[in-house]
Amino acid sequence: MKVSMKINGVEYERDVEPRRLLVHYIREDVGLTGTNVGCDTSSCGACTVLMDGKSVKSCTVLAVQAEGAEITTIEGLAEPDGTLHPLQRAFQECHGLQCGYCTPGMVMASLSLIKENPGLDERKVREGLEGNLCRCTGYHNIVKAVLQAADEMGVKA
Amino acid sequence: MTQVAEQGTSVIGKKVLRREDPALLAGESKFVADLDVPGALNIFVLRSTAANARIKAIDTTAAKESKGVVAVYVAADLESEWAGPMPCAWPVTADMKNPPHYPLAKDTVRYVGDAVAVVVAEGAEEAADAAALIEVTYEELPAVVDLEEAAKDTHLVHESLGTNTSYVWELNPNPEALERAFSSAKYVVSERYIQQRLIPAAMEPRGVLAIPSPIGGDYTLYSATQVPHILKVMAALTLGIAETKLRVIAPSVGGGFGSKLNVYAEELLCLALSRRHRRPVRWVEERSEGGQATIHGRGQVQNIELAADENGKLLGVRVSLIADMGAYLQLVTPGVPLLGAFLYHGVYHVENYGFKAVGVFTNKTPTDAYRGAGRPEATYAIERAMDALARKVGVDPAEIRRRNLIQPEQFPYNSPAGLVFDSGDYPANFKVALDRLGYSKLREEQAQRRASGSRRHLGIGISFFVEMCGLAPSRVLASLNYSAGGWESATVRVLPTSKVQVVTGTAPHGQGHETSWAMIVADKLGVPLEDIEVLHSDTAIAPHGMDTYGSRSLSVGGTAVHLATERVLDKARKLAAHQLEVSEEDLEYSSGVFSVKGVPGKVMPLAGVAFEAFTAHNLPDGMEPNLEASVSWDPPNFTFPYGTHLAVVEVDEETGKVELLRYLSIDDCGNQINPLIVEGQIHGGIVQGIAQALYEEAVYDRDGNLLNPSLADYLVPSAAEMPSFELGQTVTPSPTNPLGVKGIGEAGTIASTPAIMNAIVDALSHLGVTNIEMPASPERVWRAIQDAVAS
Repeated sequence: MKVSMKINGVEYERDVEPRRLLVHYIREDVGLTGTNVGCDTSSCGACTVLMDGKSVKSCTVLAVQAEGAEITTIEGLAEPDGTLHPLQRAFQECHGLQCGYCTPGMVMASLSLIKENPGLDERKVREGLEGNLCRCTGYHNIVKAVLQAADEMGVKA
Repeated sequence: MTQVAEQGTSVIGKKVLRREDPALLAGESKFVADLDVPGALNIFVLRSTAANARIKAIDTTAAKESKGVVAVYVAADLESEWAGPMPCAWPVTADMKNPPHYPLAKDTVRYVGDAVAVVVAEGAEEAADAAALIEVTYEELPAVVDLEEAAKDTHLVHESLGTNTSYVWELNPNPEALERAFSSAKYVVSERYIQQRLIPAAMEPRGVLAIPSPIGGDYTLYSATQVPHILKVMAALTLGIAETKLRVIAPSVGGGFGSKLNVYAEELLCLALSRRHRRPVRWVEERSEGGQATIHGRGQVQNIELAADENGKLLGVRVSLIADMGAYLQLVTPGVPLLGAFLYHGVYHVENYGFKAVGVFTNKTPTDAYRGAGRPEATYAIERAMDALARKVGVDPAEIRRRNLIQPEQFPYNSPAGLVFDSGDYPANFKVALDRLGYSKLREEQAQRRASGSRRHLGIGISFFVEMCGLAPSRVLASLNYSAGGWESATVRVLPTSKVQVVTGTAPHGQGHETSWAMIVADKLGVPLEDIEVLHSDTAIAPHGMDTYGSRSLSVGGTAVHLATERVLDKARKLAAHQLEVSEEDLEYSSGVFSVKGVPGKVMPLAGVAFEAFTAHNLPDGMEPNLEASVSWDPPNFTFPYGTHLAVVEVDEETGKVELLRYLSIDDCGNQINPLIVEGQIHGGIVQGIAQALYEEAVYDRDGNLLNPSLADYLVPSAAEMPSFELGQTVTPSPTNPLGVKGIGEAGTIASTPAIMNAIVDALSHLGVTNIEMPASPERVWRAIQDAVAS
């Protein structure tokens, strides 16, 4: 069946099976492979994207459910000239990534966390990112990065 | 070396941001699953649902007719593809039993997850759909699950062997003296610890893509592997492909922790099937599948005994353990206990030492190296046992350690197990850690809480580790029967446009080698970091390498880069001297420019030298064109990082819940190239060790079913369970390599598990608790309290 949605501002329409998951629509049908798959039980959060501004694990959403939605993936975060988003920059500056596999999902989950929760502190960040697993960083620097970006983005807002 | 003064740009030791990050952060990096090759076939591997069973029949009829299916194969169909069985590179003893292991199980399955058939289809989903139509009839046999039961040989994993014991490996330099130490000791503690099985759970599942070249009979194998070089050699041998016809590429790899340090059935299947079908063949692991099909770590029952005199000073250490091999020996499965075998006396001086390991087969997923590999097990045993000794002698756990630490003047320290510890000041490191934690004050607070009758108990856990890393001196590997060397190679070339290309044999998968290796070169050559490119993980670009594991990359691979850079500079100096018509001794080199001492303006930048080397119009007699040098470096010794890790926990007596209040580490990994990366390695390592203490275990039922292969059931900790960490350092450069570095990739994991467990037992020791098995779940802790109180 035909499913259309806007991903990173671009309109896509693809013919897919009803069982197609959003993450596979994004990765395989559209070809945006920045969003990763880390598990098969919706536990790891590597596939987190924004759907109409809210973070979702794109492996728990059927592509048909995203019909007409606006999706933002990790590829849609930086400026068109490649300038990193303040959150991406904070991840680099705080060394909040190592292998980088969980990173796209972690960044997208953090982005919605920051936007939806003014006045973040360490505890709130840790609890807010509970659904996103990282095996490399021990989370220490991820938490630092999110707090740094929250500060910076707050100032900007 | 000449006497020319050399000044680097001193980027060494700076927190340089990683060059790997922008692409990863933008989603532009390519992992294996991201590679889209037109015309690729996809495979699905059907896995055994029985732990130990004879295959009576496999009916593939319906699967073969399923949509999109190209072929379905069982073991017999593919026998002609294999030139040999899957490799085990570490026959630890001459009589080690290593049953043949092929990518598909033939007549008998030996663990849940053992591959029994492979579906080749156009699409991945079509392959999976078809696999669901395959009917396998099993005749189930009793499963061998428990380690100690396995050792009794009541039921066998491999009937033809007549035993479940793969090998017995002993290290006992002087058995009589060891016996005397124990019989003359005032105190003897005998402890039994369980190292539960762990699932490595790198965030990127494994993935493979094999592409046959349309001409020439070449193959390119993409794999999410830590070991592209080892994989190339082993795959060539196993498949009978000339090594010259095989190129292995590890693109971006999403973590490994040892789980991608292997040669797996799916890598060989994809290659074989791409050869058979002359089309690219691709496989991407599902997470729950990986729980069964990717190696597990740990899995030991350890018995450790300490003998001590009236002051609690160690007289002897004796260890006997059973190690779980799983159903087959993978690449280095049997060697893992040996990597710990030399370290069961830890940071403590002792004269008498004995170690024995028995490797046994079980009907479970094969084990192999998992972050730390043997050293976390050793550190856990000695550090837990030292606490037990402290209780027995009646002194503080810090005091029992102080009395036994190897002293600075004993370095280089000839260990009772035959190693030479390179350098260290253990008492200084220990003092820094205890002071920074406020150890005595916390002990006072603990006493006050206990006096007040609080049911929230405070515990302080000490873990002081030393590890051997920088794998490894090739001669030592030979003495341990390891089938390869431990050297590393590097090439540094300054191109005609003065850009610098660095080729390394290491295979980073999160460690930031591109950044750190560039720093090493920039420091030496005085060129901007941006002008340096680091190439790796492609055997066509980096033909020689021993890859990344065992905290070896910096101390062995980084040293090779350093030495190759020196060699380039030596050649550049000769060429510059020739061109400037002075002797080499008259030159000095700074910030990328050769200048003649005392003659202002008489200079030649490295860029100019590189161009002259390229044109070769005016080289000194006998000098070859091009500015390039290659080095293969074999380290003379291991390196020995060490450090004190301290955990403060609160245990709720009512619920058994453990809360980690503080965690502090003072690590000594020698000189640091990039402290940002060092700290990151420590953070991640600590959490992986804490996870073993508190959360993780691959749980099998009596029939050999793995109950928690998925991330929904296997408890990888999230940010919510972890605190932030307090890190510090001492710096004792290693004399083993010119960089003075030791290694940091595994330190946190090695140290943190006993720190946590010692803290929990410490919190409850006044109630009579002396041991809790891992993971220390609230239920286990609560039961330990009830048992202690009841007795």
